[in-house]
Amino acid sequence: MNKKVAVFRREHFNAAHRLFNPDWDDATNTDVFGKCALPNYHGHNYELEVKVVGEPDPKTGFVMDLKKLSDLIETEILGRFDHKNLNLDTEAFKNLNPTAENIAIVIHDLLRPHIDEKMDLQIRLYETPRNFVEYPA
Amino acid sequence: MVYLTRVEHFNAAHKLFNPAWDYEKNEQVFGKCANENWHGHNYELYITVKGNPDPDTGFVVDVKRLSLLIKEHVIEKVDHRNLNIDVDFMNGQFCSTENLAIGIWNQLSPHLPDKVVLHCVKLYETPRIYVEYFGV
Repeated sequence: MNKKVAVFRREHFNAAHRLFNPDWDDATNTDVFGKCALPNYHGHNYELEVKVVGEPDPKTGFVMDLKKLSDLIETEILGRFDHKNLNLDTEAFKNLNPTAENIAIVIHDLLRPHIDEKMDLQIRLYETPRNFVEYPA
Repeated sequence: MVYLTRVEHFNAAHKLFNPAWDYEKNEQVFGKCANENWHGHNYELYITVKGNPDPDTGFVVDVKRLSLLIKEHVIEKVDHRNLNIDVDFMNGQFCSTENLAIGIWNQLSPHLPDKVVLHCVKLYETPRIYVEYFGV
């Protein structure tokens, strides 16, 4: 019988970014990315939901200790991205457009090695209260 | 007297720093908010006006008109901008949420229709942090 349970941890961070493709000229970037391409950056309050799915450990009753998940997100994600400029201050987005889609993939790939491979991992990232993405879809 | 509120939102980058202080002092006072290359927020803006309902319309103010005034005089200037660099009415000021609320008040209040009085600018920097300015 499937006894898989999803557990979630919600965190948040603030960051500046801009969206642009360095292979394109300013006009094309503005055409595609609109105000998001403005040169002096803008920013967001990102809300992050990390979902881990698996069967509860019979010894603890936990799918995953949420304190450990919280500490992991703090170390791997918030420490890297909170109050930073994603384009300028982070290795991950030196050569990658920091769209919500790409940020979600990067967060997933940073957390994945630290979470039991028997567990499924999914990231939901809110860029604004109305715009959010999920990875893997 | 009725209070009417219109909610708008914008995204912007900023940093908190005092140019008269060195890097260490800024970091000591403003912490991560002093990050040299900026950070950013989704700001939620609550504009509250007060007045008596017009006998012909029942409105304190036509909220569509209020919305357009906020967009023209505030949102267009700050949305997807860097508050420290791009916003004329914040020139020479620290871009704290407090000062931004005062700046927004000063931007908006001269443009309101007759008989409509600005009561409060309430500005959320994050879902957990907000300021209110009542013009005094």
